[in-house]
Parts: sequence; C-alpha cells; structure tokens
Amino acid sequence: MRFVPITAARRRSVPGPAAPGEILAEARGLRVRLGGRTVLDGVSVRARAGEVLALVGPNGAGKSTLLGTLAGDLAVCGGEVRIAGRSLADWSPGDLALRRAVLPQSAALSFPFPVEEVVRMGRAPWAGTAGEDEDDAVVAAAMAATEVAPFADRPYAALSGGERARVALARVLAQRAPVLLLDEPTAALDLRHQELVLRLCRERAGAGDAVVVVLHDLGLAAAYADRVAVLHAGAVAAEGAPAEVFREELLSRVYRQPVEVFPHPETGVPLVVPKREPVRSHGGAKKRAGAQEISHAQACEPGAKPVDHGPRSAA
Amino acid sequence: MTASPITEAPAEVREPVAKARRSNATWTLTVALTAALLVLALLSAGLGAYHIPLSDVLGSVRHRAGLGGRPLDRVGESVLWNVRLPRVVLALLVGASLGCAGALTQGVFGNPLAEPGVIGISSGAAVGAAGSIALGLSFLGNWTVTLCAFAAGLVTVLLVYALSRSGGRTEVVTLILTGIAVNAFAGALIGLFVFFADSAQLSQITFWQLGSLAQATWPKVLAVLPCAAVGLAVAPFYARKLDLLALGERPARHLGVDVERLRMVLVLVVALLTAAAVAVAGVITFVGLLVPHLLRMAAGPGHRFLVPASALGGAVVLVAGDLAARTAAAPAELPLGVLTALIGSPFFFWLLRRTRRGQGGWA
Repeated sequence: MRFVPITAARRRSVPGPAAPGEILAEARGLRVRLGGRTVLDGVSVRARAGEVLALVGPNGAGKSTLLGTLAGDLAVCGGEVRIAGRSLADWSPGDLALRRAVLPQSAALSFPFPVEEVVRMGRAPWAGTAGEDEDDAVVAAAMAATEVAPFADRPYAALSGGERARVALARVLAQRAPVLLLDEPTAALDLRHQELVLRLCRERAGAGDAVVVVLHDLGLAAAYADRVAVLHAGAVAAEGAPAEVFREELLSRVYRQPVEVFPHPETGVPLVVPKREPVRSHGGAKKRAGAQEISHAQACEPGAKPVDHGPRSAA
Repeated sequence: MTASPITEAPAEVREPVAKARRSNATWTLTVALTAALLVLALLSAGLGAYHIPLSDVLGSVRHRAGLGGRPLDRVGESVLWNVRLPRVVLALLVGASLGCAGALTQGVFGNPLAEPGVIGISSGAAVGAAGSIALGLSFLGNWTVTLCAFAAGLVTVLLVYALSRSGGRTEVVTLILTGIAVNAFAGALIGLFVFFADSAQLSQITFWQLGSLAQATWPKVLAVLPCAAVGLAVAPFYARKLDLLALGERPARHLGVDVERLRMVLVLVVALLTAAAVAVAGVITFVGLLVPHLLRMAAGPGHRFLVPASALGGAVVLVAGDLAARTAAAPAELPLGVLTALIGSPFFFWLLRRTRRGQGGWA
C-alpha cells in the first residue's frame, strides 16, 4: 500500500503530439458478452489522429458497448483494445487518463460541487506534471467552448439536463487527452448545442486528436464525421466515409425503416430522411390537404393531439 | 466548416466569485474551529466538581512544558493531569476520529447519509470490543480492545460495502436497510456476550456501551492514539480522489483513479478511525453525520477541506459534548452517547426528509 500518491503522479509520462493519421485507439476482433448475451462479435475499429469516427446504428446494436470497451469499462472475452499502440491492460490508470477521456451517457454527481469545480476535475490526471500550470487556462477555455461559463458558480445539481451534459463535456475537454470517447454527447441538447458539440469534435480532430462519438442523428454524423461505422447486431455492417456508407439499402435494412438518402443541394452532404406516409387530417374526408390547412384544423379542434410535421432525422 | 479555434481561445481573466467566497469561508471556519477547540479544551480542563481557575490551568501547563508558570497544589495538579486532561485529549481524539470517519464514509459510498454509526460499522466494532471484554482477552495488553474493535469493524465495513452496492452505486434505501440489519445482528451478538459475562465484565460492558469518556486515563489515550493518528494522517492524502469519486466509479477511473485501491485504503482507514473511537467510548452516533454535513453546507463539498475540517469539527463537538455531559446534571454525569444521540437523531430525521425531497421519493 502506498500512502503517497503525489510521487506516483510525478512518474506519469505525458503523451507527445501524434502524427496525423496515426492510430491512437484500436479495437481488434472484440467479443463482449453481457448478461449471457453476445453484444459484440468480432468488431474491429480504428480511431486515427485528426479524425472524427462516428458510431451509429439502431438501439441495442452495441454502440455504447463498443465505446465502453474502448474506454476499458467492460471486460472482453476475445480480441483486444489498444490505446496509443499499447494494450489497455499495460497502462496504469494515471497514464491512461492522460491519453483518453470518456464522456459517459449519464453524468451523476454525489455531492453538490459547483460547475467550475466539476470541470476542473478533468485536470486531475495532470496533477504533478508540467501541464498542471495550464489548469486555469484550460478549464476556462473548456467552459467557454461549451458555453457553461455563465453558470460556473452554480451547483451542478441545480442545472438542467442539457446544461449538465455540456458541463460533463467541458470536463472531458479539460482533460486534454488525445483520444476522446463520447457516448451520445448530443442526446440532451437543443439544435444549437448539438451543432456546437460536433463543431468542437471537429476542432479537436483538427488539433490532432482522435474522436470517437456515438450518435443517433445520422444527419450530424454525415455532416461532421470523417468516417462512420454502422453497427448492427454486434458487428460492423459498414465502415467508411459518410457518403459511401449512407446508402438507402443498407440503412433501411439495418434500421428496419425505409429511408431516403439524397445530397444536400449546396454542400452535397448526404441527408437521411425516413420515408413517411402523408399525414391525414382527423376527419379523414380530405384526401390530399396542404400541410398548412391540416395544422390549422388541428389547432382549432379542441382536444386534438398535436402532430409533428417538421422534417425529422432518422434517429 | 469554419475551424474557429474555440477550445484554444485565450482564457478570460475572470476571478471566480464563488471560489473566492468559498476560500474565505474555509479560512474563517478553520480559524473559528481551532479557536473553539482551544477554548473548549481549556474550559473543560478547569470546570467540574473541583474547579480550577483558567489562569491556574494555563500556569500548570506552562510549568510542565518548562515555560515558567507554576504547579498547582497536590490535589489540583492530580485532578488536572490525571483526570481532566486525559479526558479532554481522549474526547479530542475520539471526536476527530468520528468526524473524519464520517466524511470518508460519505465520500466512499458517494452517499451523504452514510455514517459509521448509521450503517452499522460502529456496532460491528462494538461487537469486537464487547467480545474481547467478555472473553477476558488480553493478548496485547492495553491494545487488545482496540485491536478487536478494529478487526470486527473492518469485517463489518467490507460486509456493508458488499451488501449495499449494486452496479457501482449505493442507494440510500439499501444502505440504511443494510445498516438496520447489521445493527440488529451486532446487537444480538453483544447481547450474547452480555449474557455470558460475569458481573464485573457486565458493568464494564454496560458502561462502555452507553458511550462515555468517564474512564479516561493516559493508558487509554495511548491505546487509541496509534489507530487515530494513522487514520487522521492518511485520510487527507485521498481527498482529491474522493472528489473525483463523486462523479461515479467509472468516470473516476477514466480520470486516472485506481478505484479499487482507493476503496480498500479508505475502508481500512474508516475501520481504524471507528475502532479508535468505539474501543474507548462505545458507540457514539451521529457526530460523523452531523459534522461533515454542516461543514459541506458552509464551505462546499470539496474533500480537501472537508476531511481535515470534519476531524477538527468532530473534536469540537465531542469536547463540548463531554463538557456538557459532565456539568449539565452535576454531580451526576450524563452518558455522552446518549447526549449525542438526543441531539443527533432529530438532525438525522431532518436530513432524511431533505434527501427524500431532493430525490422526489426513494424509489
């Protein structure tokens, strides 16, 4: 038993800059069983420096399991995970924390720490290294980037779900690890902040990090990811650039929902839209009514349930 | 996509207001608690059936320390040095141990209602202590009771930990119910020891069970000093990791904390501190619950302040409590454990209500 963790921190090796395209995190032939069920079977993915890799797929396909396995949370019964060229088991917790940061799906907190202190927890791996001197600047930058600085002094428990999600992301950014593993970072966020988070991912990749992000929104994945891995029933159904992978046939089969894919008129980024039946009005008498008329009729009808007409992503 | 360097933006120079306020609060509290402890210790040394004026207490202490001053008369000197001071020191050690153990338990379990008394660790340690008295064990002389309390306390912490956690979390209901079960079982074991004890052992057990410092002597102080000192010295080193543990086990691991080792070390420390307190003073509940809570409300949940300050606060509460127990119903003496439970239980009740409101129910 060592009672002096301070000296342990001093021996930590700080990672140097990675060459663009260098493989920073890698899963090789992963097999993972949870509760007697094989959740991942022969999954291999690579996260390269300077790239955003999106993991997409239907519920239960194994996206979060894959991310958790890359993070070292789950035991594997086959295959291996390598971070920065070394097997997970060969890293000490402290050295590993300098190389990969993880954003969990839900972020709980046992005690009412204020937001800024939560973000500062992300700097813990740097204690005792030269990077410690940058703590204040890095924390402030992470809070500014995620737009949580205005409530830096509020207790975490008093925040809304979306605000908490951004604070958790700020903590992960403050860790300044070259591998970022993000599990549904956009789940609780509004439109503006979804875009903000993915822009941050791009930016970290631009700075040379490898970003692995689980996404439900295929539109976000298409717009921001360099590569997409589509998971289906515990295996990688397709992997590659969004334009290659997002094909109507594949997505319709994997999601068991017919979809249409067409390029954005200006950017050419693939847009994925589920095929939908035209919405009928309540009376059912009018066969083809304009959307305006329908929503007007619905608004006037007492007790009518609102119907969402907005174009939806395939999530 | 415009690659505006958002994360690399220069940090605004902004003095965090809450942080400054909080650091003020920690300083004020530290100074106030230390001052209160000194004043209470001096008062406690002077007050009682045999009154010793404050100036005489100071004079005698200075004399013994070789800094001038003058000794008291024979009786006064004996009362001060053989009765009062060991008792004050013992109250201080026991209080510091209880307060610190409370803060650590809450941190390890990630649950603000965890406390050695409530979740059964104290009763577990008490089984060891009562057993060693009833069986007349003395293989380690003075340290026997403490060691037995430590061993039994350690087994109990491990048991409670294993029973009350699932999926890396401790739910309030599970923890409290586990505490009830462990307390009941420990009570039964102590009952058995009482049943088999002879009358001399019986009075010793009963007295000790009520939680009292009336039997304080220097050898008793020495008996608990190693446990308390090691525990109190080690605990602050793990404060920062306890902060990270508040995020949950996995996030703490992602930030480089060796969670398994942290947990084992802290469970050992909690057992040491609880054993130190229980071995001499019986089961004194709620100090470990009340003190960290009040401090957290005043200065925030950061463990780097909370752990040492809880030790300081626990010492203040227990020295004050013992003074009250000795003087409130003089010449009779209230059992200290009864007094702290009288004050602590309503607080615990309030805390339960508050936690329940905060969670919107238990389920």
